Amino acid sequence: MGESVQTIQTVHIRQIGEASLIFHRFKRNKLGVAGTVALTLFILLALLAPYVAPKDPLAADLSNNLTPPSEGYPLGRDELGRDILSRIIYGARISLTVGLISVGIAALIGVPLGAASGYRGGWVDSLVMRSMDVLLSFPSILLAIVVVAALGPGLTNAMIAIGVALVPVYARLTRGMVLYVKELDFVEAARMVGARGSRILFRHIMPNCLAPIIVQSTLNIASAILSAAALGFLGLGAQPPTPEWGVMLSKGRTYLRVAPHVSIFPGIAIMLTVLAFNLVGDGIRDALDPRMV
Amino acid sequence: MIGFLIRRILAIIPILLGVSLIVFVMLRMIPGDPAALMAGEDARPEVLQSLREQWGLNEPLPNQYLVFLRNMFQGDLGKSIRSGRPAIEEIGDRYLNTVLLATLSLVMALSVGLFAGIISGTRPYSLFDNASMLVALFGVSTPAFWLGLMLMWLFAVELAWFPAVGAGGIQSLILPSITLGAVVAATIARQTRSSVLEVMRQDYVRTARSKGVPENTVIMKHVLKNAMIPVVTLAGVLFGTMLGGSIIVETVFAYPGLGKLLIDSISSRDYPVVQALIMTYALVFAIINLAVDLSYTYLDPRIRYE
Repeated sequence: MGESVQTIQTVHIRQIGEASLIFHRFKRNKLGVAGTVALTLFILLALLAPYVAPKDPLAADLSNNLTPPSEGYPLGRDELGRDILSRIIYGARISLTVGLISVGIAALIGVPLGAASGYRGGWVDSLVMRSMDVLLSFPSILLAIVVVAALGPGLTNAMIAIGVALVPVYARLTRGMVLYVKELDFVEAARMVGARGSRILFRHIMPNCLAPIIVQSTLNIASAILSAAALGFLGLGAQPPTPEWGVMLSKGRTYLRVAPHVSIFPGIAIMLTVLAFNLVGDGIRDALDPRMV
Repeated sequence: MIGFLIRRILAIIPILLGVSLIVFVMLRMIPGDPAALMAGEDARPEVLQSLREQWGLNEPLPNQYLVFLRNMFQGDLGKSIRSGRPAIEEIGDRYLNTVLLATLSLVMALSVGLFAGIISGTRPYSLFDNASMLVALFGVSTPAFWLGLMLMWLFAVELAWFPAVGAGGIQSLILPSITLGAVVAATIARQTRSSVLEVMRQDYVRTARSKGVPENTVIMKHVLKNAMIPVVTLAGVLFGTMLGGSIIVETVFAYPGLGKLLIDSISSRDYPVVQALIMTYALVFAIINLAVDLSYTYLDPRIRYE
């Protein structure tokens, strides 16, 4: 929390004119740039999946199942003879979508809760924060598993579950930011000239809370992708034959002895995607807050 | 201090009540007759009826919740549908396995993470620092279930040094512990490094150095003790991560702990066991957070609890 408050301090003192400076600092961060390049590549692959995937991700060929990497099938074939490379490319669509949607759900619920909590204080604050304490009394993956257990397995429910599990992160962060920003002079000034409460909150306070929320979201997408793959692996997320990376790995486990390539490549895809988001998130954070570099 | 301890323990109660409410609502959200869910699909009508009475299922929802709480306080978390045994006994059987796994992983993660973090922090931008931070960066991005599969493939299938699945002595604990500990070790290494770097810049470190304290003593007495505070906070959070991670790792290695029990119970719709497990996890997690809070006082005497 201390770190994010620090971030906003630096951000709001320099105003929008300093965006180019932040961008300049980000550009000097080699790992951050590498992450951005990788991420752009993954997003392009996901968007263009039907054009770049060499084969149909669902086309089974049982006579050629579990064949190791070979010509035309650079990453080999899975237990139903499907092309693993094509499945991984289509899997990028699923993982990126899950990451964005579940983080979107979390932010849409968590940010207003945190803002109300920080701005209004009093019983609203107590009620919201005590509820968040309850949600935080679970490790987030456990909370997601619990929600999926109640809603039933599936990709949509997995996204909801992961989103719900991330709500407290946003509520706490936003509350902390609002508490800090609302004491600053320009908010006081707005109040003096008679601005309404809602105008103060939306026009003056919230825009100054955005930077840490964006950084947090980038890192949260990484953890959401990991959670979604974990749920898929446990059989609680996406269901076969969906080419989801976690589902692919759970199938690979069965054939580890005879066909390790089925397990190797989807895992690398998850790792690289998560790594890219982490690098970009760290890069933005450091660019916003040069003290840390 | 005693007062703080009591207040802190009392603060666990509303959290557990909240968790119990979530569990209660969750069980009611699942479509179908709760009695049938608790007794299994092919239960006889008499069994269903007696369950309805025991859990007050014919009464209004708030009353049902009170009955649920009362049963819970009496240690009755229902019976497992699969085995017919009390859910609490099912948990008791597996509990030690998960504690063993988590403890061994935490010990490994702390030794590796602290070692790498301290060396990196005291020798920033050295070869060791760059290399270990790169490894740590990959470490925090690697899905545990994949790492588990890869270790299983390499050390159990190819090299046959360890058994691939199951529990049976220390041998079968090694691979799951490494898998579970890896992410944690990476996170601890990163936090320790930045924490050590931060403390090294403090005035009291410069003072200690300028009055001629040997560098090793400076590091041991002044830097490390202060640098450990954020690391301990993190270790508490990470213990939660490990409880969560153990669910996945135990499934990968078919290790008979609480996590595997949870997944098996969810997939066989054994809801009494699921709810008992969730309450157990919440309790354990609350106790760990309490322990973390208390450990601050030891590390930083400036923090005093009333």
